[in-house]
Amino acid sequence: MRGFLLALAVGGVLLLTNAAFTGAFGAGLAMPPYLLQIVCLAGINIILAVSLNLINGFTGQFSIGHAGFMAIGAYAASYFTVTFGDRLRAAVGFLPEFGRESLVLLVGLSLGALLAAIAGFVVGVPSLRLRGDYLAIVTLGFGEIIRVIIQSLDAVGGARGYAGIPKLANFFWIYGFAALTVLIVYRIVHSSFGRTLVAIREDEIAAEAMGVHTTRAKVISFVVSSAMAGVGGGLFAHYLMYIHPASFTFLKSFEIIIMIVIGGLGSISGSILGAVLFITLTEGLRQFAQYRMVLFSLLLIIIMIVRPQGILGHREFVTFLTRRRRPLGESPGTPESA
Amino acid sequence: MTTFLQQLVNGLSLGSIYALIALGYTMVYGVLRLINFAHGDVYMVGAYVGYYASRKLRGDQPSLLSAIFVMLIAMLACAILGILIERLAYRPVRRESRLTLLITAIGVSLLIENAGQLIFGPDPKFFPSLAPRADFVLEGVRVTSEQITVIAVSFLLMILLRFFILKTRTGKAMRAVSFSLDASRLMGISTDKIIGITFALGSALAAAAGVLIGMQIPKIDPLMGIPYGLKAFVAAVLGGIGSVPGAVLGGLLIGISEVMVVGYLSSTYRDAIAFGILILVLLLRPQGLLGRVQKEKV
Repeated sequence: MRGFLLALAVGGVLLLTNAAFTGAFGAGLAMPPYLLQIVCLAGINIILAVSLNLINGFTGQFSIGHAGFMAIGAYAASYFTVTFGDRLRAAVGFLPEFGRESLVLLVGLSLGALLAAIAGFVVGVPSLRLRGDYLAIVTLGFGEIIRVIIQSLDAVGGARGYAGIPKLANFFWIYGFAALTVLIVYRIVHSSFGRTLVAIREDEIAAEAMGVHTTRAKVISFVVSSAMAGVGGGLFAHYLMYIHPASFTFLKSFEIIIMIVIGGLGSISGSILGAVLFITLTEGLRQFAQYRMVLFSLLLIIIMIVRPQGILGHREFVTFLTRRRRPLGESPGTPESA
Repeated sequence: MTTFLQQLVNGLSLGSIYALIALGYTMVYGVLRLINFAHGDVYMVGAYVGYYASRKLRGDQPSLLSAIFVMLIAMLACAILGILIERLAYRPVRRESRLTLLITAIGVSLLIENAGQLIFGPDPKFFPSLAPRADFVLEGVRVTSEQITVIAVSFLLMILLRFFILKTRTGKAMRAVSFSLDASRLMGISTDKIIGITFALGSALAAAAGVLIGMQIPKIDPLMGIPYGLKAFVAAVLGGIGSVPGAVLGGLLIGISEVMVVGYLSSTYRDAIAFGILILVLLLRPQGLLGRVQKEKV
């Protein structure tokens, strides 16, 4: 009951903010379109970063193909809304307009999430059985392959890109799903299954010795993460109304990695911080666009050398500021490991 | 049959390139247990150094002597680059978790790619022809002199590498380090030096591959390291990562299967085949063809 009320409250606040930003309460409150777009893209980045942190930060496996799952979600959701959207709208004609549009978006996003989850399963099972860095290289290869496959699919525009996607996503949906992503990851991490994941991150062999089915836990974590990336991709497509295979290259995956590494692997608020910082820096450095990635890659190396745990480390923002509480997964005996 | 032989020759020459790059992956993995993501980009730098060196060195006529010089300069430059990468980026984080090392490697790779786009320009460049060229036709199979050079030089380098690893003192130390880093340090081997030499050797081989690919497919660009690096890594895994003969075998197999797939099916699958092979290897024989099973211990 409490959770339901909370969800209702968050939804209401988001709806009001959305209305205010788009100028429903007068132009004075409206946000400039450029700024609003950045805020919305930041929300999508939060979804991507928090979901990637589940597998990279909390489970300690390294995926570098998040953009591939995002692409699957984006294309699947868009294909649905473009091809079957009108039929669905006609079938539920009794609903008010907002309800119809929401239903189309939600069905599209679910489809995208489902396909991304299936892809995550197919990629995850062979590579997560093994220890080591295989997941990294498999996901990197997978991300590129998905792009090549999409380029050759004429039904979704191929190399020309997929245009004519209805603008169904807005501030409300993006931040609603961002909140949902944070909630899901928070609940997973603070469950007994979450402690299993942290155990795998800390020491896989010890976790296995304690009776953890490591492959199963890793695959579940990876599939959940992929599905959420699919939702992020679907929102991305329905916000920008145009997607192109080149939007989902390995560079996009690396951007998401940079976000979570800056913020702190294994910290949800760190991912949010990283996502917001990243987009702020990207927009702020727009005039130095060609030096931007050089700067980011240098930053990545320097962070790894100087502070490999990122800004927040394993801690969350609240505990980072107030108590120096022991972070999740560290035994009382060991001091904060550098 | 003629088509098959023709594809086989093309595959062998592409495969030797993959094998040269794969050697660097497998050697670094052997000593550090690290997928050196930046290796494909070192190969790209090698191609560019070769490009600039050949524009400076080449006289009016392509000559064999200048070709050899170009290759040596590229190898030397990349050996230094490899040592620098190890020294500045990997050594400070070597004692951290493997994830930290991996992220650092990704950072180095991104840095080289983006710095490459700044320094060399994002547009592709055309590699001048270095050596005099001729085509030979044998029973309907056309073999270009570039292909012969590629195959011959790769095999020469691989034989030299094998000799170095098996017969010299440093090679013996490298084998010891890849067997156990800590134990060889206790035995008085200067492990830092050996790791540096490993990076230098692997990077020099990648540079040679870069110059060779420049002779064969004359278009080079700052992001060319990614597909080649990825496929060469698959080759290293297929052969058994950490195994030097495995890298050569894997490289040749990947090269041949890629050319066959393009020749008989469609060029759309060019990049998909290596990925498919990788998934199959991971499912069926994760230690690779010539690799040994390594039990992970506490």
